[in-house]
Amino acid sequence: MTVVWADKSHNQVLKDIKEMHENEVPLLEMKHISKDFFGNKVLTDINFSLNKGEILGLVGENGAGKSTLMKILFGMDEIHQTGGYGGDIIINGEKVQFSSPIDALAKGIGMVHQEFSLLPDFTATENILLNREPLKYTVFSELFGERLNILDREKMDQIAERAIGRLKVPLDKDMMVSQMPVGHKQFTEIARELSKEATDVVEGIKLLVLDEPTAVLSEQEADSLLKAMRLLSESGISIIFISHRLQEIIDVCNTIMVMRDGQIIKTVPSQGVVIADIARWMVGRDVGSSKREARGFDYENTPVLLSLQNLWVDMPGEVVRDVSLDVHKGEILGIGGMAGQGKLGIPNGAMGLFPAGGKVIFEGKEIALNNPRHFLDAGMAFVSEDRRGVGLLLDESLEWNISFTAMQIQEKYLKRYLGGLLKWRDQAAIEEETESYVKQLEIRCTSTKQKAKELSGGNQQKVCLAKAFAVGPKLLFVSEPTRGIDIGAKSLVLKALRKYNEENGTTIVMISSELEELRAICDRVAIISDGKVFGILPATTDSAEFGLLMIGQKSQVLEGGSV
Amino acid sequence: MTLHMTKTQKLLRIMGNNMVPILFLVICAFGIPLSGYSANFLASEIVIRISRNSFLIVSLLIPILAGMGLNFGMTLGAMAGQIGLILISDWGIVGIPGIILAMIISTPISVLLGWWCGKILNMARGREMVTSYIIGFFMNGIYQLVVLYGMGAVIPVRSNALLLPRGYGIRNTVNLIGIRRALDDLLLIRLFGIPIPLATLLVITVLCLFILWFKKTKLGQDMRAVGQDMEVARAAGIKVEHTRIISIVISTVFAGYGMILYLQNIGTLNTYNSHMQIGMFSVAALLVGGASVSKANIRNVFLGVILFHLMFIISPMAGKNLIGQAQLGEYFRVFVSYGVITISLVLYEVRKKRDQHYVGLQLAADQEALQ
Ligand SMILES: Nc1ncnc2c1ncn2[C@@H]1O[C@H](COP(=O)(O)OP(=O)(O)OP(=O)(O)O)[C@@H](O)[C@H]1O
Ligand SMILES: [Mg+2]
Repeated sequence: MTVVWADKSHNQVLKDIKEMHENEVPLLEMKHISKDFFGNKVLTDINFSLNKGEILGLVGENGAGKSTLMKILFGMDEIHQTGGYGGDIIINGEKVQFSSPIDALAKGIGMVHQEFSLLPDFTATENILLNREPLKYTVFSELFGERLNILDREKMDQIAERAIGRLKVPLDKDMMVSQMPVGHKQFTEIARELSKEATDVVEGIKLLVLDEPTAVLSEQEADSLLKAMRLLSESGISIIFISHRLQEIIDVCNTIMVMRDGQIIKTVPSQGVVIADIARWMVGRDVGSSKREARGFDYENTPVLLSLQNLWVDMPGEVVRDVSLDVHKGEILGIGGMAGQGKLGIPNGAMGLFPAGGKVIFEGKEIALNNPRHFLDAGMAFVSEDRRGVGLLLDESLEWNISFTAMQIQEKYLKRYLGGLLKWRDQAAIEEETESYVKQLEIRCTSTKQKAKELSGGNQQKVCLAKAFAVGPKLLFVSEPTRGIDIGAKSLVLKALRKYNEENGTTIVMISSELEELRAICDRVAIISDGKVFGILPATTDSAEFGLLMIGQKSQVLEGGSV
Repeated sequence: MTLHMTKTQKLLRIMGNNMVPILFLVICAFGIPLSGYSANFLASEIVIRISRNSFLIVSLLIPILAGMGLNFGMTLGAMAGQIGLILISDWGIVGIPGIILAMIISTPISVLLGWWCGKILNMARGREMVTSYIIGFFMNGIYQLVVLYGMGAVIPVRSNALLLPRGYGIRNTVNLIGIRRALDDLLLIRLFGIPIPLATLLVITVLCLFILWFKKTKLGQDMRAVGQDMEVARAAGIKVEHTRIISIVISTVFAGYGMILYLQNIGTLNTYNSHMQIGMFSVAALLVGGASVSKANIRNVFLGVILFHLMFIISPMAGKNLIGQAQLGEYFRVFVSYGVITISLVLYEVRKKRDQHYVGLQLAADQEALQ
């Protein structure tokens, strides 16, 4: 099947798909869409159509233009402010031009962005119906306008329940968002789009755009999201789904659309497609899975660099209860486990981003907790899994982002004059080093002067990593380093970590929900379950053993096993 | 997962959360016997203060709902109310009609000033409290210009009882004899010998009901949303700036009415001073009632009025009986107000930190329990 499709020309495939829905007008057509950001062409001649109830998987490398395409569809300000776009958007056979997302909403298009847009002290219901609350008439509204009508709580509950019901997920409509685990926040966002039912001013939701919704979800949560997506499609809602987890795309989509360098390379039905196919189309060459190169690490004769003792961390959704762990100098230690079990809490707590207690001993000295500065001054660094929060200065250039922390903490890139009285920024050195990271990590940018906010999500993630490399820490925590990174660049990022470890002797603690990537570059892997270390095994251990540990079972052989 | 607190721990926690009210309770508990006042006297004084001050304090609630903190800019409304009172005194309109007319006059002025203040606060996001404080000072200058030089010269004011001997400008104190206690005495009953101004209390009740109702309206919900996260609210299509301005306008208008009620009870207007202190005293009273920068309700208002003013009632006598000096009371008043505001603001930050710390303790306790 795959071969057949691959052999047909792109246009032929499009025709085939068209024929399947011959008598229907497609819900959405995008014709000859093009977009450049001040001369930098990011989309060229994009053509596709989407039928009622169809799930379209949109895949492509970091920076291929997926998010940009969706932003155009949704009428986002960012597009208008950067010179608009070329081509036509046709909905139900009618040409449209959205001047703002509100217009798009009115036409029945909903978009769930990667960042949450929720109010912490409102319940799920209140968030779902934010600014669309059904109202009960009061006389005061005659005098002072609509807004003095009172909220119809009963109706609000009904609508929220119905929207949550369509998702078929266990989301409590009365739960405050601040109390929710991250997956439920994502569901709340989606329920909000679904609750947009037809009124006389607005059309009901017809098309849902999901930009990497599963990146923050645990596997079970992602599964229930996929199930919900199928239900929605059965009820006639079309979905455009962006993800770097290709298996999900194959599982849930009817059609897969592959983008490369701002163009559509392939549009194929998903039957029979395998990950390797998609990866090849995305990258333009075969993508080998990253090979594991085991290396012998001499634990006996290397000193302990970092010792965590009875660490607890109060990170909502990732609570650490009691973790004791020794990290040896020069090793790469992996930390894995299911979502919500506390693996993410470890670096966040050690760095002091969340309330924590217990002992952190680095190079024999105790590091005061709850104070990021101490953590950094001691010579440690942390690349957070949260790209947005702790990550980048979005309005600043790439080189500034990469060099800033190093300059602050270590006075790197500073030339000294008059015995240190006068310090001057060494621009040449900054540029040179930035260039080298851009090359090594294949960061897609127009120049090292480009602003961070102008990079695609995945490329921003790479910049975060480069920033930490530039600091040159003795110990580097990296959390979910390949989240949001395309399949081709994943091994690149992992290799860069390994290389950095080998060339600089930097100890690395890598936290990831993907066991295979932990096994690929780590020396040993600790599995966290219920906020505690459940077991530590050499990375060479069979993945089945790890699988057992993850679900909370110790195999007989490895009882209490550690290296 | 919950940490089982002992009863004392629980008690300590509740006390920690209500530090300021408790402190005042303690002071009053010691002060009352020292002052030697009778229960009846104290009760009737408190009733007076409630009817005099609570309207003003309630006017602070809505900006807090909208996340704009304590609106020190309520002085703007107080000025508007005073202008209304000066004008009706000049026109010789007395009694309830006088009060109503003064309110009517103050309304457009308050709306205008509130609008302007709201606009500026929108430019000073995150520093609303300081900014509104400064705006109050700035507006005071303009108020003085208008009242001291404008009235009688540009704005027609004829009454010699109001004007300075030079022919323009309003006197330092204005006797509000025409409307003095007009509302209070409208429906005055006596309960156990305590005079109770039912009409005024009724007006205050209506206002409180309004606030409760307002929280249920769409506008109230929008303010709560804006108060939590302006960007999210904006993305949902709520007009953030507009909503914030409205909250300040409402607050200013109420402050104007509150000032009129306050002054009808007092009976004289300190033309150049009355409004300046009222903002500070109202904020302090609200804080004494247990409110914080981000959370306040009607219960805080009344508890605050009672505790804050009880202290002022007893402190001169207590001071006299204790160290033979009554001025101590007046000194106390200003000192304590500023003190309360400072302490509350500091405590607010500390409490935020401590709450985080508390969750930590809970986790630590879990750990111990498991070992
Ligand atoms: N505001 C902007 N100004 C300039 N260039 C931009 C802007 N936004 C995006 N780009 C560029 O457009 C290209 C496409 O970015 P886009 O965000 O669409 O990628 P993506 O396919 O979503 O990638 P990812 O998988 O990493 O999220 C990138 O090269 C990016 O640098
Ligand atoms: Mg993207």
